[in-house]
Amino acid sequence: MSPTLTLRTAARILRQLRHDKRTIALILVVPTVLLTLLRYLFDDQPQVFDRIGLIMLGVFPFIMMFLLTSVAMLRERTTGTLERLLTTPIGKVDILLGYGLAFAVAAAVQATVVSITAFWLLGLDTRGDGWIVVVLAIANAVLGMALGLFVSAFANSEFQAVQFMPAFVLPQALLCGLFAPREQMAGWLQAISDVLPMTYAVEALQEVGANVEPTSTMWRDLTIIVACILVALLLGAATLRRRTA
Amino acid sequence: MSIAIEVTDLVVTRGRRRVLHGLTCAIPRGSVTGLLGPSGSGKTTLLRCVVGVQRIESGSVTVFGEAAGAPSLRPRTGYVTQAPSVYADLTVRENARYFAGLYGVGSAGADRAVADVGLAEAAGQLVGTLSGGQRARASLACALVSSPELLILDEPTVGQDPVLRNELWGRFHELAAQGTTILVSSHVMDEAGRCDRLLLIREGHLVADDSPAAVRTAAGTDDLEEAFLRLVLAGQN
Repeated sequence: MSPTLTLRTAARILRQLRHDKRTIALILVVPTVLLTLLRYLFDDQPQVFDRIGLIMLGVFPFIMMFLLTSVAMLRERTTGTLERLLTTPIGKVDILLGYGLAFAVAAAVQATVVSITAFWLLGLDTRGDGWIVVVLAIANAVLGMALGLFVSAFANSEFQAVQFMPAFVLPQALLCGLFAPREQMAGWLQAISDVLPMTYAVEALQEVGANVEPTSTMWRDLTIIVACILVALLLGAATLRRRTA
Repeated sequence: MSIAIEVTDLVVTRGRRRVLHGLTCAIPRGSVTGLLGPSGSGKTTLLRCVVGVQRIESGSVTVFGEAAGAPSLRPRTGYVTQAPSVYADLTVRENARYFAGLYGVGSAGADRAVADVGLAEAAGQLVGTLSGGQRARASLACALVSSPELLILDEPTVGQDPVLRNELWGRFHELAAQGTTILVSSHVMDEAGRCDRLLLIREGHLVADDSPAAVRTAAGTDDLEEAFLRLVLAGQN
């Protein structure tokens, strides 16, 4: 493991992103526009927007980073650059952490822009502090990124990678408590919901929405999210095989 | 002359197909060794074994006395894959500087490698906008940045115009004269004559392992293409 090589790799990935102006625009504009639509959908029910909009602050970055990183990593595999990297002095963990770091920076910018828009322009109201929402949004984006890196190992083409989004993300969105309260789910659905990371992301955001001070449930949820990020990154590193058939 | 790469009874199976059937050869240090054979003969697979990214069924490959792919070998090896493996959404310079950075080489060294492959004027251009030949040279520059002791080149001159091809071969020989060991694959026989040594391979079997002059003598012809054919036919009978 080498911090220098990790940083150089992160810088390289951000440089690639910088050359792709349209992707940067999409990263920043899409979640903001979606949130604005949501705001006017519930124009006469601000409390509904407060509830759903808040959760979406976590869900949108999660989905976008999942897609971006799974495709970026797949590209690294299919264009041969990954194989080449594995013949250089860089370690597998350095590559993964480099990706993690670069997309965490992108995620932080995205989450900050979307959160500022939500609080200042769209009038989103939470009991808890806005900065905690931003922290949770970044954590969700990084979680989406880490899962995206991991599942890209199972995709052989961009067609497959893109389809992992509905396969991995939609079940989490359906069962996280957004569409139906978790307490009202059938027992087996609740059990599935219990092991899906997004459940904790949504719960943490709901805690900030409902409480002035950060609650212990929120801290526990954030810890779970961070643990999931680390596990996904380690699993991702395990899928990088130096020797292939 | 000391040995850089030693391949012993190498067997490789990819999918259900056996690609290399117990290959044995030795490659001397500080020379340009050409790996020649038709498409699908196992050239790329052999090169992948030498850089240590190919799963091996049996046999061994050692480089400078160590198992191929050992971490201590990676800083000393440069590898150019057949399809140019550079980032299309970075400029030539950014690519070279990134790969240089992985070996702890500064940006001056990276810029020199870019100039060495004749891309100084295109250094600020995105790789994705380059022609196929330029892209291949950008990929080559990223392997030259670290001045490696061992250069593994998989068809580096495909798609290059004759003048550039000539320059690149001149560059390979300069590097070899300075002690670099170069293993370069090609399916174009007119490049075979420019190598110090030749490995001719066909369907995963070694057909010849000698200097071009010796191959010509053994086959009884001056034309290497014809020599290859004769050796293959002689092997079949």
